[in-house]
Amino acid sequence: MSSLGRQHPLANVDWLTVIVYGALVIFGWMNIYSAAVVDTHPNPMDMSQEYGKQFLFILISSFLGLMVLYMEGEFFNKFAIYIYGLFILLLLLVLAIGTTVNGAKAWIQIGGFALQPAEFAKIGVGLMLAKYISNTKAKFNNWKTRLIAAVIIGVPALLILLQPDVGSLLTFVAFILALYREGLSGNVLIIGLGAIVFGVLSIITGFNKINYPFFGEQSGVFILMTIVFVIGLVFMLMIKNFVVPRNRKKLYLITILSTVAAIGFSFSVNFMIDKVLAKHQKTRIYVTLGLEEKEEDRSEMSGDAETAEAADIVIRSKNDDPGYNARMAKIAVGNGGFFGQGYMQGPMTKNKYVPERWTDFIFSVISEEWGFIGSLAVIGLFVFLIVRLINMAERQRSQFSRVYGYCVASIFFLHLLINVGMVIGLAPIIGIPLPFMSYGGSSLIGFTLLLFIFLRLDAERLSVFR
Amino acid sequence: MNLDGRRITIILIVCVIAIIFVIRLFFLQVVNSTWKEQATALTEEEIPLYPPRGIIYDREGRMLVTNQTVYNLMVVPKKVQPFDTLSLCNLLRIQPSDITTLFAKAKARGEYHRPQLLVEQIAPADYAAISEQLYKFEGFFAESRTLRVYPQRAGALFLGDVGKISPGEYKANPYYTKQEYIGKSGIEKAYETELRGIKGIKYAFRDNVGNIKDQEGDKEDQAAIPGTDLICTMDADLQNYGEKLMQNKRGCIVAIEPSTGEILAMVSAPTYDPNLLVGRVRGHNFNVMTNDAQKPLFNRATQAQYRPGSIFKLAQSLTALSVGAITAQTRIHCNRGIIGCHGNHSYDDLEMAIVHSCNPYFREVMHRVVEGNRDPKSRFRDARLGLEIWQGYIQRFGFGTDLHCDIPSVKTGNVPGVEFYDKWYGKEQWAFSTIYSLSIGEGEMLVTPLQMCNMACVIANRGWYVAPHTVKQIGIGGKPREDFLVRYDLGIDTAHFTTVVNAMEKVLQPGGTAWRSALKDIVVCGKTGTVQNAGGKEDHAVFICFAPKDNPKIAIAVYTENAGFGGTWSAPVATLMIEKYLNDSIAKSSEAREKLIFDANFLDR
Ligand SMILES: [Zn+2]
Repeated sequence: MSSLGRQHPLANVDWLTVIVYGALVIFGWMNIYSAAVVDTHPNPMDMSQEYGKQFLFILISSFLGLMVLYMEGEFFNKFAIYIYGLFILLLLLVLAIGTTVNGAKAWIQIGGFALQPAEFAKIGVGLMLAKYISNTKAKFNNWKTRLIAAVIIGVPALLILLQPDVGSLLTFVAFILALYREGLSGNVLIIGLGAIVFGVLSIITGFNKINYPFFGEQSGVFILMTIVFVIGLVFMLMIKNFVVPRNRKKLYLITILSTVAAIGFSFSVNFMIDKVLAKHQKTRIYVTLGLEEKEEDRSEMSGDAETAEAADIVIRSKNDDPGYNARMAKIAVGNGGFFGQGYMQGPMTKNKYVPERWTDFIFSVISEEWGFIGSLAVIGLFVFLIVRLINMAERQRSQFSRVYGYCVASIFFLHLLINVGMVIGLAPIIGIPLPFMSYGGSSLIGFTLLLFIFLRLDAERLSVFR
Repeated sequence: MNLDGRRITIILIVCVIAIIFVIRLFFLQVVNSTWKEQATALTEEEIPLYPPRGIIYDREGRMLVTNQTVYNLMVVPKKVQPFDTLSLCNLLRIQPSDITTLFAKAKARGEYHRPQLLVEQIAPADYAAISEQLYKFEGFFAESRTLRVYPQRAGALFLGDVGKISPGEYKANPYYTKQEYIGKSGIEKAYETELRGIKGIKYAFRDNVGNIKDQEGDKEDQAAIPGTDLICTMDADLQNYGEKLMQNKRGCIVAIEPSTGEILAMVSAPTYDPNLLVGRVRGHNFNVMTNDAQKPLFNRATQAQYRPGSIFKLAQSLTALSVGAITAQTRIHCNRGIIGCHGNHSYDDLEMAIVHSCNPYFREVMHRVVEGNRDPKSRFRDARLGLEIWQGYIQRFGFGTDLHCDIPSVKTGNVPGVEFYDKWYGKEQWAFSTIYSLSIGEGEMLVTPLQMCNMACVIANRGWYVAPHTVKQIGIGGKPREDFLVRYDLGIDTAHFTTVVNAMEKVLQPGGTAWRSALKDIVVCGKTGTVQNAGGKEDHAVFICFAPKDNPKIAIAVYTENAGFGGTWSAPVATLMIEKYLNDSIAKSSEAREKLIFDANFLDR
């Protein structure tokens, strides 16, 4: 142990981060109350309502967070592999005995509460990656290291895909960012991001059937493949004309390989969705990407809307229009204006137009009621938190703590990116929570543990070399 | 490998994303206002508050038109839960198939989530029983509506009706929504603005499934301003009596108070109970009446255009006296060579010529008016000049105009002038000899009964009239429209009227054409007429009159179609009306006449 001797466990804890955490949690709770309040249950601590439950989750999270701060940082290093294993087991368990909500088999029912293992699995992966990299002094220029890191991330990711919970799956990309800091080539980062964008594009184009000349009705993904092929050809021509002969061979190879890889990738993504996944899983993915609506009563709505009034058309189109949720969220955000409609007074929120308002779309509630100022404050707090975590990670003497710190920062970043991006219409509708603010026990407790484990490790930064 | 820069790269990525988000938010929330408009369109509902329509009273304060609350049973198919179909159908007295048909229709129209009308206009008494049970049936609810009711069951065309707004009316007036009701005819149409009041607005929120909630917001509701009550000029008893006299006949009665232009009664026969054009029976009855050969919806008093007939000789006399073509003493031979006559007379002065309705006399009167030797070189040009003067006088009586009255869609009739005959015969191709049938009220001249009654008013007033109108007070104790306080003076010397009035008095004295219809204690001045009509059917019987002779209180025009001679069938109707109005009862001596009229039936002629 350290030469400085045993200090009080709460000494050296980064209280500023704790304050930001507290602010986000409390503000989130306030907005959950606004979004979910029922006239007959005005008490914010009413346990029959979401806001009451969230209050309970806040208490549990605070307790668990404090408990983590009182633990030995060493514990998480030593037991990283077991923690990882435990969460893998939970992910297997959920596939076996989980309850299905909205098409994803993602919940384990324990008494009155439902546990979502995917929200906790990130902690395990973060610890495991940190452990692996710090133990082996791994270098990311060899394939073995890359492969092992990929397996650590990939196993839980695959299990989550089988639920399927595409949202949670996407947040695993965060770990690539952490690995990048540890030396993973920037190309991997770019290829990884490219693969995601290309994959989503493949699914979206594959969703539509197109009538081709000569071939009849086929999946729209073939158009995407054709475009990729043409781009490959263009590159070949450019190489032929503009590159000195001695470099050509290598570039030809790269172009051919990446074109084939891209076409193969987009084909296999669609093949997987079409042939491997069950119908409900397939639907779930389409729903996640906003291609299909959950409600099946579309058929009910038909005929002309000539006589109906404008607003009426909007209501009706809820059932016709896959973009309904996205548009409602955007309207709510836009309705906030500069100063907002006022707390508890957002018309889009109060009148239930905003979908999933206290969970995935909590940011649109904040935007409507607190305006541009409120949205700016929340994004500002998150950016502050993420940058602070990165800087804290950099000041670690132990590589284990640093890698874990980057994992934490990257996970928060990915959640912010996807969640806020979805609300303001820059990303497809992918249901993942906004850390600390969205309603939900698993996510709040999961994010709290994720953060507080790092705060514990950071508090010991001066006394340990791992 | 140097990895120091990677921290900066990652922080940069985070910051760039954050900045993109902030810019996007700035555009969504601050720059672009369309999202706010969409939010308002989605969440705000402006519920119109319909004020009660004004009540209409007769001149004695009897209620003619009022409002009654009825209930429409609505259903939102989408909200309906499985229910006891049989008990609901029993409750509403409908068939189960009515519900299924309605649902199928709603589905076809894409209105499955909107309220559909299941049962229309349930009376308050029936609704009381239904409302107790209704909570058991999810998705069904009642909406109250007000209907016009007519306690007197009279004056249908006078009062007018209210119906759903037509696309044309909707386009012309931004006040209304597509579902609203609007006055379609009569007072309901003419005084629509006063009667309807002003709609209020209740601001409410609409949630994502279309439920409406009260809004406690910054927008204050606007209360509806109730419609203005009207006192109309009609005397309900007189109107009722007139309708009874005209039963089983085609024709009309117009009665006006000469000093004010107030229309006391306006009967168009055959008439109908105005309650037939209200509510759920309206559509059906409207179709039936539109297709009825007797045309009950056609207001004969204001829209039927007849040849003026002999009665027109009154206007001819006054014109000729005023122009100076004749004097009261002018005698003219009853020369029956060009134009026929009837009765035993040969050389009448003006007064007797009116009493005898001497055709050759009035042919010559008009001859002198039209060919006044104003252009000695050409009788064609002379006739042009004369006719122009004649037309000017005739129009002063209100012929060829809408009389500035407040009755919607009145016809103006036709006073042919120079232009008319130039078109007909060619310029300078006609002279008096071409158009002489005008002189006895035949030919191309057309008048409405309302115009005829107005002429009676002019004579009763000895030279002026007030535009005939239907509303006496806008708002209880209020005034009529300003144009009904104005007298139209014809510019004819009062003295000229003495001869005409005296002649009209003689018409109802022994030897006169309407002497049988005379009243014991009231001096009635009148003129009979018989209007030939195309188709070889029996002539229309016409009579106009006013009473008493001095200080007249009522002027009347009566048209009885295809009844024959005016003195026989229209004069008794007119004098019975006068008796009813001035004495409030029918004397024993008049009862035989009354029964004769009640029993007469000319509908099949
Ligand atoms: Zn004669």
